[in-house]
Amino acid sequence: MIEVKKLSKRFDDLIVLDDVSFTVGEAQLVVILGPSGTGKTVLLKAILGIVPVDSGEVLFDNTVVQSAKENEIYNIRKRIGFVFQGTALFDSMNVCDNIALPIKEHTRLSNKQIRDKVEEILKIIGMTGKERLYPGSLSGGMKRLIAVGRALALDPQYLFYDEPTTGLDPIMRDRVIELIIDLKKNYRKSGIVVTHDLDIAEKVGDDIYLLKKGKISKLKKIRKEMYNG
Amino acid sequence: MNLFSLIGDFSSFFFRSLFIPWKIRTTRGRILEQVFNIGIGSLPIIMIIAAFTGLVSTVQTTYQLIGTVPRYIVGTTVGRMVLIELGPILTALMISGRCASSMAAEIGSMRVTEQIDALEIMAIDPYRFLNLPRIVGTFIALPVLTVISEFIALGCGALYANYFLNIPFSVFNYGMIHFFSMRDFLGGLVKSLFFSLVIGASGCYFGFIVKGGAKEVGRAATYAVVTASILILILDFLVALVIFG
Repeated sequence: MIEVKKLSKRFDDLIVLDDVSFTVGEAQLVVILGPSGTGKTVLLKAILGIVPVDSGEVLFDNTVVQSAKENEIYNIRKRIGFVFQGTALFDSMNVCDNIALPIKEHTRLSNKQIRDKVEEILKIIGMTGKERLYPGSLSGGMKRLIAVGRALALDPQYLFYDEPTTGLDPIMRDRVIELIIDLKKNYRKSGIVVTHDLDIAEKVGDDIYLLKKGKISKLKKIRKEMYNG
Repeated sequence: MNLFSLIGDFSSFFFRSLFIPWKIRTTRGRILEQVFNIGIGSLPIIMIIAAFTGLVSTVQTTYQLIGTVPRYIVGTTVGRMVLIELGPILTALMISGRCASSMAAEIGSMRVTEQIDALEIMAIDPYRFLNLPRIVGTFIALPVLTVISEFIALGCGALYANYFLNIPFSVFNYGMIHFFSMRDFLGGLVKSLFFSLVIGASGCYFGFIVKGGAKEVGRAATYAVVTASILILILDFLVALVIFG
């Protein structure tokens, strides 16, 4: 379970997070909605300890991220897969190497076992046969799927999605949404989805929060509250 | 950022990049890749630079000394000049221009496209993954390139002296070998080891601290080369002072 407790962060005079609290339970997807530039990505990075916070704490199964030692933080991060908005795939590596990188770094599997694992992941994300392609030759949607694949490499307990559908065509967008739902239902992946897309929020979210001007609030009727808020 | 904080930041970056668990099993391949990129990749340009260094130093030495000293002194002077100074420093400056800039640009663009954040989130230490192989790769490749460039420079110098300056091989070689000192050769190598560290470190450092976009990546590449070149000249003086002073 991830417990975010009274997280606050400001950049100079700009308050990005103001006493933000919420919980991510077992096989639960929490959606953080909010307009662009409200600090949703900062929130994800703060939860992972990449961005330091001014106050508050995050508990990963009772380990406090903000006071954890380096090796404890690394152990926490191994249990999380992160899908970046810009995918952050390594341009110099092909699809296979991108997905295999965390496996090579953190396990002692043989090359054959790593290849099998990559093939298995490509099957899950529906990208079989694309192993040898480089990110530069993939479309935006395909890159997003490969980024999900890389996030799955260490079979993480949690998946964080940063704007997973932004900039995708409707077909690819639906495919990504289906994949997120599939990973939650069939592989029991918990996680956080930050987005400004109401449609994905309604389709995948168990709990939906609105982040606006640093404050977070739980939503019940999304569209009504978003448009009136 | 003022000069003192830059020096502090640069030093702590350098030590943070090298004094970490190396995880040789996964890092070895990346180090070899860098040795190949820096070493083999720079070989053609180093050969050209070395050839002309040897030619120019032979022409200049002959112009200044012939008629006042015996001819074998040309071999002595060119030999010592190339081993102590020209070989190490020109090779280092050339590698700095070629490799420090590409390291800064590569790492800088990884920074702006969040690839370094991705490494951290995957629990992969970016200092070990990105900086260590580049610094160690330069440390291995540069001395080897320096020795190669010295051989080529001396060979070209001897050829030119023989065919165009009327100084036979035997005379040139006599001057070079008779006054050869192991300290000259090793001193040049020690210099190149120090130079390799500043080239690798400044290439990685300026890439690592990039914030912004393409413009900042370009600026990082420039800073990396300028800083490495200045540090090479400062270290050249300091090492010369210790070994030959």
